[in-house]
Amino acid sequence: MAPDTKHLEVTLDTHVESVNVAEEMCLRVAESAGFGEDDCYRIGMSVREGVINAFHYGNQEKPDKKIHLAVDITSEKMIIHVLDEGKGFDLSSVPDPLAQENLLSTSGRGIFLMRAFMDEFNVVPGRTGGAEIIMSKKLPGANPVPNGQAGQSEAPQQGPQQGQGT
Amino acid sequence: MVMRATYRDAGEVTVVDIGGRITLGEGSALLRSTIKDLLADGRNKIVLNLGDVNYIDSSGIGELVTGFTTVKKAGGDLKLLHLTKLFTVFEVFSDENTVIRSFK
Repeated sequence: MAPDTKHLEVTLDTHVESVNVAEEMCLRVAESAGFGEDDCYRIGMSVREGVINAFHYGNQEKPDKKIHLAVDITSEKMIIHVLDEGKGFDLSSVPDPLAQENLLSTSGRGIFLMRAFMDEFNVVPGRTGGAEIIMSKKLPGANPVPNGQAGQSEAPQQGPQQGQGT
Repeated sequence: MVMRATYRDAGEVTVVDIGGRITLGEGSALLRSTIKDLLADGRNKIVLNLGDVNYIDSSGIGELVTGFTTVKKAGGDLKLLHLTKLFTVFEVFSDENTVIRSFK
């Protein structure tokens, strides 16, 4: 981690209320980092969708499992990690919610929203064996982030550490 | 702000005025129970007035789709009023009289 990176992480219970807690926490970080109202909305929605994904699909709503949320503020961007304790998933296998056959599906839109709202988005195998969502948004005034770099180049290689909430 | 929902009759159509956030948890559950109650009461021509809704997450969208399919299976129809972003599944209207007339 670069020395000028600010890091925050929490471990959340697998509970519906954790979705709101995560959204609120990241909104406050985004506001303090200088993001405007529209970007804060996009970041908040993306965090919400990431934690819903961990809560419902990753941890299968099992209360004995945890959701690990970490936020890094570098000189260029806000990076968000959401790690679950499920079995992981292949991003390429997620159905396209805009496909005609999926329009009446009651789920599957969270990934779409996160991709749409963030500059970078990726899902990698997490250290827990579950899925780790890594997404980022360029800070206001920072240089553009190259496309296709989600969760790679400057994103921290290691996810949040359980029980080390700050 | 949590979701709130009240409904009123407009002829044979029921208009559900929804406000707040339709999100995972209470919001989605309230929407589901409201539609279920209306169908149980024999009201299957339903308009969801989303004019005071300020936030919908993917769970809320999923609940709207669930409501749509549930009402369709019950032989009725579910339409949306005052939704700024168009859906391809729903018929979307910006005027209450027009949406009510569209059922005829």
